[in-house]
Amino acid sequence: MPNLTLVLFLSTLLFSSSFAFQSDELLLDDEEFGLEGGSHHPRSPEPVIRDSPPKQTPSIRRRYSDPDLDSKIQFTLEHAFGDSDFSSAGTFSARLKTWSHGGQTLTKLRFSRNEFSNEEKDAFKNLLKGDDFYRIRLPSNVVSPPGREYVIASVRARCLPRDGLDEHIVIHMDGANILAVSYGSPGACPYPRQLKLPGKWTFNSHTILKSSEQAPRTPIFTEEILGSSENMEGEAEAPVERSFWAKYWMYLIPLGLIVMNAVTQASNMAEEQPAGAQGQAPAAIQRGSAPRRR
Amino acid sequence: MAMAIRVCLLLLVFLSSAIVSFSLYEDQVGLMDWHQRYIGKVKHAVFHTQKTGRKRVIVSTEENVVASLDLRHGEIFWRHVLGTKDAIDGVDIALGKYVITLSSQGSMLRAWNLPDGQMVWETSLHSAQSSKSLLSVPINLKADKDYPILVFGGGYLHAVSAIDGEVLWKKDFTAEGFEVQRVLQPPESSVIYVLGFLHSSEAVVYQIDSKTGEVVAQKSMVFPGGFSGEISSVSSDKVVVLDSTRSILVTIGFLDGDISFHKTPISDLVEDSGNAEILSPLLSDMLAVKVSKRTMFVRVGGEGKLEVVDSLSDETAMSDSLPVADDQVAFASVHHEGSKIHLMVKLVDDLDTVLLRESIQMDQHRGRVHKVFINNYIKTDRSNGFRALIVMEDHSLLLLQQGAIVWSREEGLASVTDVTTAELPVEKDGVSVAKVEHTLVDWLKGHVLKLKGSLLLASPEDVAAIQEMRMQSSGRSKLTRDHNGFRKLFIALTRAGKLFALHTGDGRIVWSMLLNSPSKSEACERPSGISLYQWQVPHHHAMDENPSVLVVGRCGSDSSAPGVLSLVDVYTGKEISSSDIGHSVVQVMPLPFTDSTEQRLHLIADTEGHVHLYPKTSEALSIFQREFQNVYWYTVEGDDGIIRGHAMKSSCAGETADEYCFTTRELWTVVFPSESEKIISTLTRKPNEVVHTQAKVSTDQDVLYKYVSRNLLFVATVSPKGAGEIGSVTPEESALVVYLIDTITGRILHRLSHQGCQGPVHAVFSENWVVYHYFNLRAHKYEVTVVEIYDQSRAENKNVWKLVLGKHNLTAPISSYSRPEMFTKSQSYFFAQSVKTIAVTSTAKGITSKQLLIGTIGDQILALDKRFVDPRRTLNPSQAEKEEGIIPLTDSLPIIPQSYITHSLKVEGLRGIVTAPAKLESTTHVFAYGVDLFYTRLAPSKTYDSLTDDFSYALLLITIVALVAAIYITWVISEKRELSEKWR
Repeated sequence: MPNLTLVLFLSTLLFSSSFAFQSDELLLDDEEFGLEGGSHHPRSPEPVIRDSPPKQTPSIRRRYSDPDLDSKIQFTLEHAFGDSDFSSAGTFSARLKTWSHGGQTLTKLRFSRNEFSNEEKDAFKNLLKGDDFYRIRLPSNVVSPPGREYVIASVRARCLPRDGLDEHIVIHMDGANILAVSYGSPGACPYPRQLKLPGKWTFNSHTILKSSEQAPRTPIFTEEILGSSENMEGEAEAPVERSFWAKYWMYLIPLGLIVMNAVTQASNMAEEQPAGAQGQAPAAIQRGSAPRRR
Repeated sequence: MAMAIRVCLLLLVFLSSAIVSFSLYEDQVGLMDWHQRYIGKVKHAVFHTQKTGRKRVIVSTEENVVASLDLRHGEIFWRHVLGTKDAIDGVDIALGKYVITLSSQGSMLRAWNLPDGQMVWETSLHSAQSSKSLLSVPINLKADKDYPILVFGGGYLHAVSAIDGEVLWKKDFTAEGFEVQRVLQPPESSVIYVLGFLHSSEAVVYQIDSKTGEVVAQKSMVFPGGFSGEISSVSSDKVVVLDSTRSILVTIGFLDGDISFHKTPISDLVEDSGNAEILSPLLSDMLAVKVSKRTMFVRVGGEGKLEVVDSLSDETAMSDSLPVADDQVAFASVHHEGSKIHLMVKLVDDLDTVLLRESIQMDQHRGRVHKVFINNYIKTDRSNGFRALIVMEDHSLLLLQQGAIVWSREEGLASVTDVTTAELPVEKDGVSVAKVEHTLVDWLKGHVLKLKGSLLLASPEDVAAIQEMRMQSSGRSKLTRDHNGFRKLFIALTRAGKLFALHTGDGRIVWSMLLNSPSKSEACERPSGISLYQWQVPHHHAMDENPSVLVVGRCGSDSSAPGVLSLVDVYTGKEISSSDIGHSVVQVMPLPFTDSTEQRLHLIADTEGHVHLYPKTSEALSIFQREFQNVYWYTVEGDDGIIRGHAMKSSCAGETADEYCFTTRELWTVVFPSESEKIISTLTRKPNEVVHTQAKVSTDQDVLYKYVSRNLLFVATVSPKGAGEIGSVTPEESALVVYLIDTITGRILHRLSHQGCQGPVHAVFSENWVVYHYFNLRAHKYEVTVVEIYDQSRAENKNVWKLVLGKHNLTAPISSYSRPEMFTKSQSYFFAQSVKTIAVTSTAKGITSKQLLIGTIGDQILALDKRFVDPRRTLNPSQAEKEEGIIPLTDSLPIIPQSYITHSLKVEGLRGIVTAPAKLESTTHVFAYGVDLFYTRLAPSKTYDSLTDDFSYALLLITIVALVAAIYITWVISEKRELSEKWR
C-alpha cells in the first residue's frame, strides 16, 4: 500500500510537471467522504468535493472502487471574449461512477487549461481595457454534451489578473448534469476595478465540484422534551392578565404621593406637637427663641 | 416643580410601556383594523321575491362565491366561498327554498338553505371526462313525490332529487362522446327532451322518461356543415344554432321526436355579412345575434322561419326574458349614451311596446354595462315595476329601480392583483382641518366619559360613546398625512383594470379610476392591468409635486401583446398621462435611480430581449448611461427550467428603435436538469426593505455579519413527478431543492435538498434570511425551514483595536465578483397548518423585530415571531443564550390562538399580504386581500415608542394639577406653620 501511494505520488508529480499550467487536481476518493457523511442518500450520493492544493492530492489518492462501473469522460470548457464566439479553452476529464441504484457521480475531476494564444491575449487585453466580460461555458450534461443547453458564467476580465491569471471554478452537479458554474477570481474583486495586466499569461485554476447538501433536521423529539418545552412556551406566551397595579397605577401613584405627603406632614406634626408639649425648652433653644425668653 | 413633572411623566411613560399585551382586547377590535366583504364579479343572478318577507337575490360569481344579497340595501345575507378549483357553473332555486349550485365542471351539486345559507345536502356526481356542464331545474317536473334536478357534466346525465340530493338515475353518454346542449321539457309530460351534438356535426335528441331515466326514443340527424357550439333555445321544441362557418343560422326543430333542420344564411337577414355570434340572453321565440358590431333580434317563426325585427348598436347589454303578467314576456336592454345609461324594458312579442324607459347618470369610471338581470314587482298602483341588477365593466354590481341607483357594490375589489402604498398630502396652512373637539364643554364631557370608562363606571351606552369618540378623536379618516404615518393610502389594482385608493383609517375608497387605452383603438379598448409601481415619491426635493404610481397594462391576454403605461396622480386619482409603448411587456424593473423630480427610472423588457428605459427623458438617459455598466437583470424561464442573467450591451439598432432602447447580452445561465427538477417558486427581497444593522451580536460577545445583498434570488425546484398535488407521489420519488443564486454572477451561493418533500412552496425573503413552507411526505406534515446567510469575509472585524485603527473592511464596497465567503445556518420545524401565503412585517428603520405573517388555509393571518424560526435555537440553550432571547428548540412551531391578527374575522379567498412601514418605527401596516379585504396595524415589538390610543391625557393633566395644588397647599400650610412658629 505505501508503495502504491508512492508510485502514485511520483506519477502525479510527473503528470503535473508535464503541463505548463498549474492544474488543480481533484482526486478525492468519494468512498472516504462517503464514510464521513455516514449514509448514502439515494439522490445525492456524491459528496462535496472541496478544493485541495495539489500537494495534498497524492496522499488522499487511493485505489479505485468498482472499476467496472467507472467510465472516463471528457468535456470541454469554452470561453468567449466579450461578445465573441465561444472557442475551446480547456478540457475536463473525470470518472463517471454509476451506482447500483442508478445514480451517477462525477469523480476525480482534472482540468487541463489551454494557454492563451497571441490573438486571445490581445482579445483579453481589450477586455481588460474595456472592463468587459470574459465568459466561459460548459455543457449542461457531461454524458451527452452539450445536453439541453450550455451553462454559461462570466466575470469582469479585470477580476482575473493577479500575478498570473487566477480563476476559481465551482461546478454545481446533479448526477451527470451540470446545473451551474460559478466563475471568478479566488479572492476579492473590489469595485472600482483597476486596470492591471497579468504578469504571467498562465492560468492558475482551482476547481470545485459541488452537489447539493441535505437539509439538516433535528431528530424527532421525545414526548417529554416536547411536553416540557411546550409548557415553558405556554408560560412565556400566555397573555398577561392586567394586574391590579397595571389597571390602577394612574390612581395609585397620585394617591400614593398624596398619602406620602400627608404622612410626612402628619409625622412632622406628630413629631413637633409632642415635642412642643414635653420638651419645648430644648426645641426652643435650638430654634433660637431662647434668648427672647432669657 | 418642572423637575417633579418631568419625573412624573417619565414614570408614567415607563409604566405604560412596561405593560405589554400579546393580543387585542375585545373593545379594541375595529379601532385599528377594518374588514370588507366582497363577492366578486357576478356571473348568474336569480331573484327570489315571490313571497313576502325579505327580498333577496342569489348570485354566483367568478370568484366562486355563492351569495344571497339583500335587494333593498345590497348587504350580504350569507355567502359561501367555494375553493379556487370549484368554479360555479350554474345556480338556481329549487322547491322555493333551496339554492342549488353546480360546480367543478358539473361534478359537484350542492343545495343551500335559502334563508340562512346552511348547506342542506351535497352530492358528488360521477364524472368521466371534462365537458361543458349544464344545470336544469325543471319547474313542474314531478316524479314520485320527488322533484328531480337534471345535471349534465363529465359525460353523464344525472337526475338528482331536490329533497335530499340522492341520485335518482344516471345516463352514461361517455361512450358516444355525446355533449348535451339543452334539456327541454314539454309542459305536462313526464318525458324530457335531451338535445345534444355528437362530434359537433350530428344532432341527437333523446326522449328520456324522467321517472326512470330510460330512453324512450332516440333520433339523430347529421348536419353536413357541423355546428359551432353556440346554441339558443327559443321555445320548448326549437333551438337555433350557428354552423361551423358562423354564417348560417340553423333552426333545429324536434317536435314529436322528429328532427328537422332549417337553414337561414345570415346574408339573407342582413346585407353586411360577417361572423355571427349568438348572444346569451334567452328570449322566447326570439334570439339575439351579433353580426359585425350590431345586435339583431331575430324572431323565429312557426316553421323555423327567421326574420329580423330590430337591430341595435353594439354597446347594448340584454337580460334574459322574464314573464310578466298576461302571458307576456319582457326583457331589458341597457345602452350607453354619453355619461348616462338608458334602461329599457320591452315586450318580446312587440318590440315597440316599451314598458319602462329610464335614464341614469353613471360614473364614467365604471365602464360599460356587461350584464343585466331583471326582476319585476307589483307597484303600489298595481302596475308592473321592474328592477334591474347590472354588472359593470369594473365588476361593480348596481341595482337600478325607479330611475335611480338603489345601491352599488364595488366588487372589483374582490380581485385585487397588485397593491402599493402611497402617502397622503401634507396638511397645509390654507387647508382647514376641522377640529374634532368643538367646544370646551364637549372636550370636558369626552374626558369625563373616558375617566368613567377607565374607572369601570361606564354604562354600555357610555362605552359605545367612548368607542365612537375614540374613532373620531384619533382623526384616523382624515385625508392628510399624520405625524405617525398611520394614515396612508393603499393603491390596489384589480383584474378589471381599475385602480382603487383605499384609506387605511376606515377602508373607504378615496378615489377610483378605470384604466383607459390612450389610442382608443378597437384592438385595445380596455387594457388589462398587470402591475403597479411607485413612479414618483417626492420627499427631499420636488416637494410640490404630487406622488404618482405607474400602472403597467397590456392590450390582450397574450404576453406578446403591446403594453400600455399609465401614470396616475395619487392625491387626485387623475391620470397624468398614458401611452401605448409599442412593445410588449415581459418584465418591469424599477432601478435604484431617480431623476431630479424624483421620478424613478424603470426598465421594461420585451419579448425580443430588448430593454426600454422609462421615463423617456434626456435626464433619465444620462443617469442611466452613467450606470450603464452596472445594470444587470435576469429572467426565469419556468417551463424550461432555465434562469438567465443579462447585462446591458448597446443601443438598439434598426429604424424603429429610439435611443431609450437597449440590447442585452447573456452573462450566465443556470440550467436545471429537466428530468429531475422543475422550478416552482422564485422570490427576491423587497427592493425597498430597510436593514438597520448588518451585525448581529450574540451573547458571547461574538459578532455575526449578515450577508445582506439585494441581488439574491431564492429558487425552489421539485422533481417533475412531485409537482402535482400533495400525496400523489411516494417520498422516494419527490425531492425539493432550494437555491440561493446571486443574480449578478449566477453563482449558486447555497443549495439544499429536502428528500421526500414536495411543494407547493411558500417563501418569504427578508434581510439575510429565507423562510419557506413545504410538505414533508415522510413525516406527513408541513414543514417550515429557515436559512440564514452570514458573511464570512467580515467576520475578522471583531477586534476593537482593528476598528479603532481603521484596519477593517466594513466600509469597503461589496462586489458580486469577489468570491463569496459566506456560511449558512438552517433549521426545519414542523408546522401544523397549510399555508396560502407568507409575508413579513416591515418597519421604517428595520430596528423592530420581525414577525412572519402566515396566511393560513382557514383564511386567517397568523403572526409568528421570527425568533421562533431562528436556526440558532438549540435544545438546551445556555443562560447567555436564554438572555439573548433564544427559545429552546422544539420540533414544531407553536400556533398561539391569540396571535391571529385577523382575530375572529376571515379574509375569504386570501391571496396576498402586503406590509408597509409607518413613520413610527414600532408600527407596520398590514393589508391582506383575497375576496375580502382586511387591514390592521401591527406592532411586532409592541408600541414601545408611543403611548396607546386609550391613554388618558386628561387624567395625567388632572394628576399634575392635583399635585401642583397639593404642593401649593402644603407649601402654604408650611409657610403658615413656620410663621406661627416664629410668632410663638
